[in-house]
Amino acid sequence: MTTAALLIDFGSTYTKLRAIDLDRRRILGSGQGPSTVTTDIMIGMKAGLDDLERRLGGLPRFKYRLASSSAAGGLRMVTVGLVRELTAEAARRAALGAGAKLVGAFAYRLTTSDVERIVSLAPDILLLAGGTDGGNSDVILDNAEVLGRSALACPVVLAGNRNAADDARAALAGREVLATDNVMPEFNVLHIEPARAAIRQVFIDRIVHAKGIDRAHAEFDRVLMPTPAAVLEGARMLADGCDGISGLGALLVIDPGGATTDVHSVGSGEPSAPGVIVQGLPEPRLARTVEGDLGMRHNAANIVELVGVDAIAAEAGLDAARVNALVAEISGDFDRLPQTADEIALDRALVCVAVRHAVTRHCGTVDTVYTVSGPVAVQRGKDLSEVNAVIGTGGALVHSPDPRSVLEMALADPAVPRSLRPKAPKLLLDRHYLLYACGLLGTAEPQAALELALANLDAMARNPSVERAVIG
Amino acid sequence: MPAAIVARSDGVYTAKMPVVVTGVIGSDTHIVGNRILSMALEQAGYKVVTLGALTPAVEFIKAAIETNADAILVSSLYGQGELDCRGFRDLCVEAGLEDILLYVGGNLVVGKQAWPDVEKRFLDMGFDRAASPGTRTETVLAWLAEDLADRKRRDA
Repeated sequence: MTTAALLIDFGSTYTKLRAIDLDRRRILGSGQGPSTVTTDIMIGMKAGLDDLERRLGGLPRFKYRLASSSAAGGLRMVTVGLVRELTAEAARRAALGAGAKLVGAFAYRLTTSDVERIVSLAPDILLLAGGTDGGNSDVILDNAEVLGRSALACPVVLAGNRNAADDARAALAGREVLATDNVMPEFNVLHIEPARAAIRQVFIDRIVHAKGIDRAHAEFDRVLMPTPAAVLEGARMLADGCDGISGLGALLVIDPGGATTDVHSVGSGEPSAPGVIVQGLPEPRLARTVEGDLGMRHNAANIVELVGVDAIAAEAGLDAARVNALVAEISGDFDRLPQTADEIALDRALVCVAVRHAVTRHCGTVDTVYTVSGPVAVQRGKDLSEVNAVIGTGGALVHSPDPRSVLEMALADPAVPRSLRPKAPKLLLDRHYLLYACGLLGTAEPQAALELALANLDAMARNPSVERAVIG
Repeated sequence: MPAAIVARSDGVYTAKMPVVVTGVIGSDTHIVGNRILSMALEQAGYKVVTLGALTPAVEFIKAAIETNADAILVSSLYGQGELDCRGFRDLCVEAGLEDILLYVGGNLVVGKQAWPDVEKRFLDMGFDRAASPGTRTETVLAWLAEDLADRKRRDA
């Protein structure tokens, strides 16, 4: 009898199931139902299980049933910090790293209209930071006070100046407050792991219930994390490996979606060349960025605007009027799969732009500063030029007729040497949407999860005609 | 001044420890003097936030806000200090740090110019003290102790 695991993703449109044979490290089958969190989550869950049962000819007994969720708008978070580039940025990164959907990021003293805006955003969790330990406490205390007096009802994760933590907690009276380590205990020291863990804890303890996901509790053991956090965790496992299994080393994951494009990277991002000076806030080894303006459906018009309709038209081999008409058609239809040859060509042009821009924004830059003692190279952000692998995931890549050519958009461009994008990585495709499943299963059976993920990443064959351009 | 400083407990400095921000402004890589000054300040019991070489003016100010600094000590060794420091006090005022102590020191100008002229120029820019080339760290420590004590008396 096989030992099986069930991995569930309560998504925004689908409830996706993966059944895994733990002994033989293979996928037994997949099932899918609609997302029904807003009505009754059990409808979608049952539909997914029925679908899976049909495909397998019966359901095995599952040793683990682990779930992630991005349903009901995902884990909607607001972050508040002091200086925009310092504690406010550290707070933002903590929230993104925890798999949140960032709906608002605020800095400095909150104004009355800021507070009104936060209340109307109705986040699931608010992360309040500000000040290094022993540093500024006025602003975080003022912010705690105005938030404390507001109609904000959500739990607050407090990760600011520890000397202000007790007073801030008191000012937030009546709300659930989880105090944790400062996201920036010393100037320019990024310390976001404790805040990430606290966010995840609030998610498990409170949000899963608040969103009605736990009504399906008979069908799963635990909802462990938001789906983007599961993807990041899967990426971390693939990079680092585990006991007895070596990983792929530093890597980058790109996930172009309907509304946003996510990029995850695992790696120190330190300069690959000697003598380079690094400036700015230190980068987390596990980094996630979300490009809110780069989405294949909701934001298709933004992508077109970014590079101009003519560039998209040329790339897709369509005329500009046709591009505009198609974009208008697909923008409102979140789950639309391309139907016609024109739509397939347009999707390819859109996803190429989304990948190129999202990866460029995720990766750092190196610039030459001319000093009296000669030129100096100054790096900002992560140097990902030496990563070993670039992994594509998500429907827009999996359904693409030529995923390799899309993934190549993530690569370094000799014409833009300041951008520290990957130079010569392996290009891999997560064809069976297993990264999230690997991240979930890794919490219980890391070796099985890792072997499964490694075995199911498709290497994209190199097309000799583009090789020269890539290496050049 | 260092008498008022409370020792570190479990690696965390206390709120009573004065905080100073140091760095070398502009496109200047001469870090040695700034490092010596930072070490002397640390030994004297200050909490020192070191920004290092090649630091733009705004980064001094952002660091000072976040760490609630008492003073910013700007080094400039390559002769461009006058250009790099122009508007520094205004930036502080803009950021709500109108009262922060500002020191500047190093080879602040190009060529041989009389120090009193140079000093006056930097004091007019809003710096509280300007240190001529060759100023000893003891002198800077004495200035800081005096100026911080003055402010404490004034604010009391």
